Amino acid sequence: MRLERRAHRPFGLVVASPIIAIFAALAISGVLIALAGAPVLEAYYQIGVGSFGSRLAATETLTRATPLIFTGLAAAVAFRAQVWNIGAEGQFFIGAIAVAAFGAEFTAGMPPALAIPVLMLIGAIAGAFVLLVPLGLRLRFGVDEVVTTLLLNFVAVLFVSMMIEGPLKDPLAFGWPQSVPVADNALLPKIIARTRLHIGLIVAIAIAVIVYAVQARTVFGLQSKAAGLSPRAARFAGVPLASTLIKVACLSGGLAGLAGAVEVMGVKGYVTTDLSPGFGYSGIIVAMLANLHPVGVVAAAIFTAAMFVGADGMSRAIGIPSYIADVTVALSLLTMLVAIFFTQYRIRK
Amino acid sequence: MMEILEIFASAGLWAAVLRIATPLIFGTLGALLCERSGVLNLGIEGIMTFGAMIGWLAVFNGADLWTGLLVAAIFGAAFGLLHAGLTVTLGLSQHVTGLGITLFASSLSYFLFRLIVPVAGTPPTVEPFQPIDIPGLSDLPFIGPALFTQTAPTYLAIVLAVVLAYVLFFTPLGLAVRMTGENPHAAEAQGVNPIKVRYGAIMLGSALMSVGGSFLTLSAFNSFFPTMIQGRGWVCIALVVFSSWKPSRALLGALLFALFDAYQLRLQTVVGKAVPYQLFLMVPYVMSIVALVVMARRARVPQALMQAYRRGER
Amino acid sequence: MSDTPVLRLSNISKTFGTTVANDAVSIDLAHGEVLALLGENGAGKTTLMSILFGHYTPDTGTVEVEGRELPPGRPRAAIDAGVGMVHQHFSLAPNLTVLENVMTGTQSLVKLRSDTKTARAKLAELADRFGLAVDPDARLGDLSVGEQQRVEILKALYNDAKILILDEPTAVLTNVEAERLFATLREMARQGLSLIFISHKLHEVIAAADRVVVLRGGKVVAERQASETTKDELAELMVGRRIARPKREAGKPGAMVLEAIGASLTVDDVARLTDLNFKLHAGETLGIIGVSGNGQAQLAQMVSGLATPTEGELRLFDEPITEGVAALVEAGVGRIPEDRNSEGAIGEMTLWENAILERVRSPRFSQNGLVNRQAARAFANTIIEEFDVRGGAPDRRTRLLSGGNMQKLILGRNLHDQPKLLIAAQPTRGLDEGAIAAVHTRILEARNAGAAVLLISEDLEEVINLADRIQAIVKGRLSPPLAAEEADARKLGLMMAGDWSKEVVHAS
Repeated sequence: MRLERRAHRPFGLVVASPIIAIFAALAISGVLIALAGAPVLEAYYQIGVGSFGSRLAATETLTRATPLIFTGLAAAVAFRAQVWNIGAEGQFFIGAIAVAAFGAEFTAGMPPALAIPVLMLIGAIAGAFVLLVPLGLRLRFGVDEVVTTLLLNFVAVLFVSMMIEGPLKDPLAFGWPQSVPVADNALLPKIIARTRLHIGLIVAIAIAVIVYAVQARTVFGLQSKAAGLSPRAARFAGVPLASTLIKVACLSGGLAGLAGAVEVMGVKGYVTTDLSPGFGYSGIIVAMLANLHPVGVVAAAIFTAAMFVGADGMSRAIGIPSYIADVTVALSLLTMLVAIFFTQYRIRK
Repeated sequence: MMEILEIFASAGLWAAVLRIATPLIFGTLGALLCERSGVLNLGIEGIMTFGAMIGWLAVFNGADLWTGLLVAAIFGAAFGLLHAGLTVTLGLSQHVTGLGITLFASSLSYFLFRLIVPVAGTPPTVEPFQPIDIPGLSDLPFIGPALFTQTAPTYLAIVLAVVLAYVLFFTPLGLAVRMTGENPHAAEAQGVNPIKVRYGAIMLGSALMSVGGSFLTLSAFNSFFPTMIQGRGWVCIALVVFSSWKPSRALLGALLFALFDAYQLRLQTVVGKAVPYQLFLMVPYVMSIVALVVMARRARVPQALMQAYRRGER
Repeated sequence: MSDTPVLRLSNISKTFGTTVANDAVSIDLAHGEVLALLGENGAGKTTLMSILFGHYTPDTGTVEVEGRELPPGRPRAAIDAGVGMVHQHFSLAPNLTVLENVMTGTQSLVKLRSDTKTARAKLAELADRFGLAVDPDARLGDLSVGEQQRVEILKALYNDAKILILDEPTAVLTNVEAERLFATLREMARQGLSLIFISHKLHEVIAAADRVVVLRGGKVVAERQASETTKDELAELMVGRRIARPKREAGKPGAMVLEAIGASLTVDDVARLTDLNFKLHAGETLGIIGVSGNGQAQLAQMVSGLATPTEGELRLFDEPITEGVAALVEAGVGRIPEDRNSEGAIGEMTLWENAILERVRSPRFSQNGLVNRQAARAFANTIIEEFDVRGGAPDRRTRLLSGGNMQKLILGRNLHDQPKLLIAAQPTRGLDEGAIAAVHTRILEARNAGAAVLLISEDLEEVINLADRIQAIVKGRLSPPLAAEEADARKLGLMMAGDWSKEVVHAS
């Protein structure tokens, strides 16, 4: 038995691969649920109810999906150019704290229509800056950015912790370590009243479409794809490698920073160190499930968010730890890798 | 100023260095072994988490401490098998697979822990490894309390570094591993099966990582809590580069690193609130990045690192 | 000599997908014999040897060593039976020492200590016996190509090989080194080893082998005693219906296009190119001939805009060239890279993307940062039709093209717009005879249409057929030019070996 490369990738298989991957992950998690002594189908039913069973549940899921779309896009654009940005978590936090720093007073006097985009831009710039450090180390010293971006995640969270216990501490928070709140003019309007769903979702979807257009239609999109697939050939063809990668890093880090900014402005209003339950890391899974396609990211983010939101309800209902959602989502990354593999190879006897 | 230097004169600092270094030694040796065979194992962070959890859980359920370490090793090897299946047999991206394993292993640890150990006010504990008294050595002034009041796994870690160095550089098996990491086609042409070598190296390396994690719950501390690995796995990956893929230098690097860590902990109490404690906590991560930068261009990277090997495909 | 052949390949067949690499091949090898396996690229030589050595499993057929059948697909079994292989691309680890490279896999993996002493002694004895001196403790990556090949041979001998297979062993050697290798091979045969060497070079087959087996299209088409055949006969057998390679006719050089004045290139403190001087005019082809690894790659990079001379200068249309590919392409420089798979095209991208990648900034293919996909597809279509890129469509992935058709795509995107300068680095490496003729025709057309052509090649025949003037590159230096009319294989061989005395080369 051996593996043989397919000449053509069957289109149907490519489209079906995320679905196959997700079902495989659910099946493996199902074994865990069964071993825990709980009814498997009931558990998945409860996850479904918890995530989309009511209007409120659905809005919660979409609220949770919003930052995942951004971090998923951050990973997708970076991975496409072979920039291994695993630091979206840190970029998210730095983007968030930048918004807290500027949103409390600097933009307080502006009309919302100005304050909101200005703060989003600030968050994006802050996030981009965080990724430029490891990219610079790669270009200058040849340091693998996987490890440096991972390590910087810890530095970033510690920096945020330092800020919210120091210069940006909210004096009115009864001593809790949390940042000063952004002023009301910069809070994102809700899409549906009395829910948490904010216009960040619309921004996220719009940006996903824009990213797709940039990748498919622009010179930068073509060059960054070439740089990712074959740096040597790209160099020979005159693609400016360093500046292309820097642009990719700005885009990727910027999207992750934007995720943090939008989460602060749309959901919480201030920053704590538990602002993100791993949005940065989940973004990697979202990107892979989408096969790095920007529009696919939106769907993958909604699936991932649904797992997380639904698992909370499921946990309350039948007592299985909600970590099962993390397990399933992580598994879906691995099964997706295998599924993508089998769109490229087939088994021959 | 004197106080800052006096820290070095305390035996407690040096004892802490060895204790802090132990999980890093295990983890770095494990990662080093994988990379010597040509496979980057970014599953390390999750495998260490799982080892910490499962080793503790075994002991909590009545196993003795050494059995706890063994259980951790077995599960570590199992995750290694998964990693090898995906990166060696299928040749998938080692970066993404490793991250996937980390996310899977850590979330599975939390899930199983929560499932078996109900939420409680104070986390349940086990009786951890006790320091071993070495007659003669432990009684020496300063040196005794500084170096010879460790638990058994710490001594084991140091012995393992020596053993791994010997195996890699003085045995036919070690040569086979190194050749596989440099040029698997050459290894194959000389009758060494690179697939088997990589499977073996990844499984054994992952077992070491897992044991390193379990040291935290069975010796350094006595309970498990999520996120307790705190990036130690990533630090180990950086230390492998720093060590130039040599076990002796990996040992040295882990000790040096632990020295900084132990020193900053003590410095915090001396300096007090004048400097935010977070700055001290950043030191290990920043140190790792600096180590990577210093060594990046000098190190002789195994030439086939991160390259999938498929028979007949060049 | 005993009656049973030491090696017998019977009825070996192997297909990859729809390609038949070997078709019922049977070959015997006698004790103490040097057998040449002659064939063109793609004739199935390497596949056959990979089957013999256990890298591939054959679809049908058997391999017998001294009458005993080898289990298919197991290199270890081949080694144990006494088969040693010297690969064209050495199978060595640059970071390990010579001794470590040789020792790998020779001792039981459960042994608690490597027996370095015995290994060292055995290596020294072998090196002495066959005249293959190398320092056992040298790091392999620090050795010259010739020395590395010695290590490859020693490795096989160390495993007690009785049958040695050498895959294109002279591809990376100078003539002098090749002569030395053949002397070693004859010595080995005299001492009782049996050898097969794979080659497509006629003169060395006749010079070094006892017997020649000719492979064509995966089949054995002929077998001759080396003493009873001629180059012409072998050439015909090897190629079959001979596709005539086109030859240049006298041209009339025009204005100066490219000039190197004392150009040197130092990379990471290593001098790669030293004091290069050449002149290239419109409507003229300058051939740079040399054994691979003597600086051709760096020269190609420099003239292709990927590196700037660290000393001296390179002038294009009488202005210094600055680094920057886009500007060169815009100025009418066509570039055919040495390695079409890793530099010339990106397999996972479509044909149209590869067609325009190096000129995507030109207003023809993009406006305001947006790619004009219609124009790009149309351009790709034109190339496909004009240059006969078989199996090509603008939206197909380039990986699906054969080597020759990929080269046609690369040629097409460079030649379609009538370049003023064409840089062709190893333009026919690894192509079959038909594709070679097609590529040569195109290069000649470009030159006749007034382009200046810089042809960098290691193929003597190619350079003699195409170039108006020839310079040899040896260790990063260029010989004085030799007019094509005065060039023959012997003179070029001497030039490539570094002999630039007046008797050989007349400055023209």
